[in-house]
Amino acid sequence: MKSVCFYFQVHQPYRLKKYRIFDIGKSHDYFDDALNNKIMEKVAKKCYLPTNNLILQIINESGGKFKAAYSITGTALEQFEKFVPAVIDSFIELGKTGNVEFLSETYYHSLSFLYSKAEFINQVSLHKQKILELFQQNPNIFRNTELIYNNELAHFVERLGYKGILGEGADHVLGWRSPNFVYKSKSTDNMKLLLKNYKLSDDIAFRFSNKGWEEWPLSAEKFASWLDSAEGENINLFMDYETFGEHQWEDTGIFNFMRQLPKELTKRNLVFKTPSELIEKQHIAELDIHNPVSWADLERDLSAWLGNKMQKSAIQMLYDLEQEVKKTNDNRLLEDWRKMQTSDHFYYMCTKWFSDGDVHKYFNPYDTPYDSYMSFMNILNDIAFRVKRIKNKDLPNNVVISETPSLLANTL
Amino acid sequence: MKVLMFGWEFPPNNLGGLGTACYGLTKALSKKGISITFVLPKSASAHSHLNIITTTDLYIGNIKMKMKYVNSLLLPYITDKDYEKMYKGLLFGNSLSGELYGKNLFEEVNKYAEKAAIIAKFEEFDLIHCHDWMTFRAGIKAKEVSGKPLIVHVHATDFDRTGGNPNQAVYDIEKEGMRAADKIIAVSNYTKDMIIKHYGISPNKVEVVHNAVEQEVNIRKDSKIEHQDKIVLFLGRLTLQKGPDYFIEAAHRVLQILPNTKFIIAGSGEMYRRMVDRAAELGMGKNMLFTGHLTGEDIDRAYQMADLYVMPSVSEPFGITPLESLKNNTPVLISKQSGVSEVLKNALKVDFWDIDEMTNKIVSVLSYSPLKKSLIENGQRELEKITWDNAADKCINIYSKLRKAK
Repeated sequence: MKSVCFYFQVHQPYRLKKYRIFDIGKSHDYFDDALNNKIMEKVAKKCYLPTNNLILQIINESGGKFKAAYSITGTALEQFEKFVPAVIDSFIELGKTGNVEFLSETYYHSLSFLYSKAEFINQVSLHKQKILELFQQNPNIFRNTELIYNNELAHFVERLGYKGILGEGADHVLGWRSPNFVYKSKSTDNMKLLLKNYKLSDDIAFRFSNKGWEEWPLSAEKFASWLDSAEGENINLFMDYETFGEHQWEDTGIFNFMRQLPKELTKRNLVFKTPSELIEKQHIAELDIHNPVSWADLERDLSAWLGNKMQKSAIQMLYDLEQEVKKTNDNRLLEDWRKMQTSDHFYYMCTKWFSDGDVHKYFNPYDTPYDSYMSFMNILNDIAFRVKRIKNKDLPNNVVISETPSLLANTL
Repeated sequence: MKVLMFGWEFPPNNLGGLGTACYGLTKALSKKGISITFVLPKSASAHSHLNIITTTDLYIGNIKMKMKYVNSLLLPYITDKDYEKMYKGLLFGNSLSGELYGKNLFEEVNKYAEKAAIIAKFEEFDLIHCHDWMTFRAGIKAKEVSGKPLIVHVHATDFDRTGGNPNQAVYDIEKEGMRAADKIIAVSNYTKDMIIKHYGISPNKVEVVHNAVEQEVNIRKDSKIEHQDKIVLFLGRLTLQKGPDYFIEAAHRVLQILPNTKFIIAGSGEMYRRMVDRAAELGMGKNMLFTGHLTGEDIDRAYQMADLYVMPSVSEPFGITPLESLKNNTPVLISKQSGVSEVLKNALKVDFWDIDEMTNKIVSVLSYSPLKKSLIENGQRELEKITWDNAADKCINIYSKLRKAK
């Protein structure tokens, strides 16, 4: 029997303040609480609360047939606790149904796998603890930030005890193959790979309200018939949770669509599976994916975060500070440094589409990628300053501003 | 199509952006088959006093333009006080001058208009296109004589030039020109808003044609001049409009963070003395270099030496210099109160009065080389789209509509 697997990504970064040169060495508050609070409240109202409510109803009305998976980042969970605790409660409710699976990822929604394996392990374990604490689940499926995936990652997280991993079903990795099967990751013992069906997922996430799209308006009935006639054994619908009510506003009919969809699918004898259930299936083939793929932009590579000089220099400096920050045993400093790792900060520095003036705009607090880079680098210089201060209390209050780890090392 | 154009400066004898803009625009228009007669005021040498109008052909590559020089004391960016000084000087030397030239700047503007009427009577043309206030009366006269449509092209208003306190007589002439015009071209939306707000002109009458930058000149990738200390450049007339005072205050703040930075102020103008004094007062004598007015190659060299070009204008209708700076591999920090910020995204931007933010951004560019490199690379890519060809196409479109309306 053909199945459908829903996985929703829930993430919010700690957006940074406008942090200027003069703030270095003087202010250690990097995060814009007011803005973060405002955004959390807004998105909770438009998306998280109503959608959680809807999913709960769907589960109850389906008599337990409907299932879904969530990956919620640590930075989102913390901010729910701080700004809109009702959202946490509603996720706990969902967890209690037994039909919702929570996945593992890096606590800070970071790119740490690419820069520091030690930090990656730290963050995965922090996140695992948090999920266990809140939802009493011990995840055995991993999804990496922005669905970034390659062989090495699969191999690595298998050693951390995971049984399955999620990835983007990009054309350039699948070739003639279909994403609608369970695969196995190359060079692993038995790591199952679940790939996003990006065409069908994006019909909901991106095209749903596009009046220029030939299939508009998309009814649940029509969409269910597409899934019904799709090849393969299982269709992975992976998307940002903010699709519901935030990317696609309520007046587009997105909630009604989601309310109807499970019924329409059940009518056609499709069933719902969680990632953990899917990995019990036999894989159809082994996939060899050497270069990292992601779910971002048309390129589906790393260029949205690491495509330009500013992004590369910023992330290099960030991870070059790792040892020094960790040696201080200062928890507040460590936490600040970790919040700087959230991939969104690098996304804001993207210049790919800047001249044409779109994309990357969503929730972006900056006017330009340059502004985002300046605040980020100034903060890293303050973190370096704090490290030095902890090592040497008598350090004079003057600040050395630097961009390169080597220069930084000299001053540390 | 034949266009009779009135300007007040043209390279190589130009002090400001107006000359550069007229050159770029007329060249692109000529290339597209528009035949231009360009009229310029020119103060004649003593022996050619009576020769009121001279005509020469100007060749730029394979393009020919007819230049008509009208004997006049009108100088680019001249103020009424400067004019009177000059006029009195001339009286001592030559008694004829009293009859040839106006006693004051505004009389001279009218005399220039009379001469324009003569040209308009004998020249053949379809449209009149004039650039900035000194030529507006000439344009109006030419329209009266010929009955041809008039376009006034606003590169700056007196609100920009004076930092918000326009000379009433200049303002009146500007308004008169805008009213008499069949169409107004503004160099930016910023200027269009100014025209609507301060001159009471209907938005429908104003079209925006952004200035551009010469594309032919190759970007000189290897022409960076190497040096030890970081250099920040100001280049422009030292007048209220250009905000050199804000530059000096920001420089002072930058030096508190990066004490080895060097600042170059390239330009001359009524604020020169004051700026030198202020720099000395702030103890920046050895960090601040005043070069006076630069021309030709020296301008390019100044850009090439700098790590950052700052244009802190209080009110800048367009501002071509940031585009020229980028062409010379130097990133730019520009005032938000400028037209160029509408077309250039890959620049750092500040409110001219925000010394803190100006300092923050200057120090950032000097400290973080990937920022500097990205601004240059992306800015240069953007320059390729800011062409005089586009500007000329927009003008031709306006010309055609006006001719049809006739």
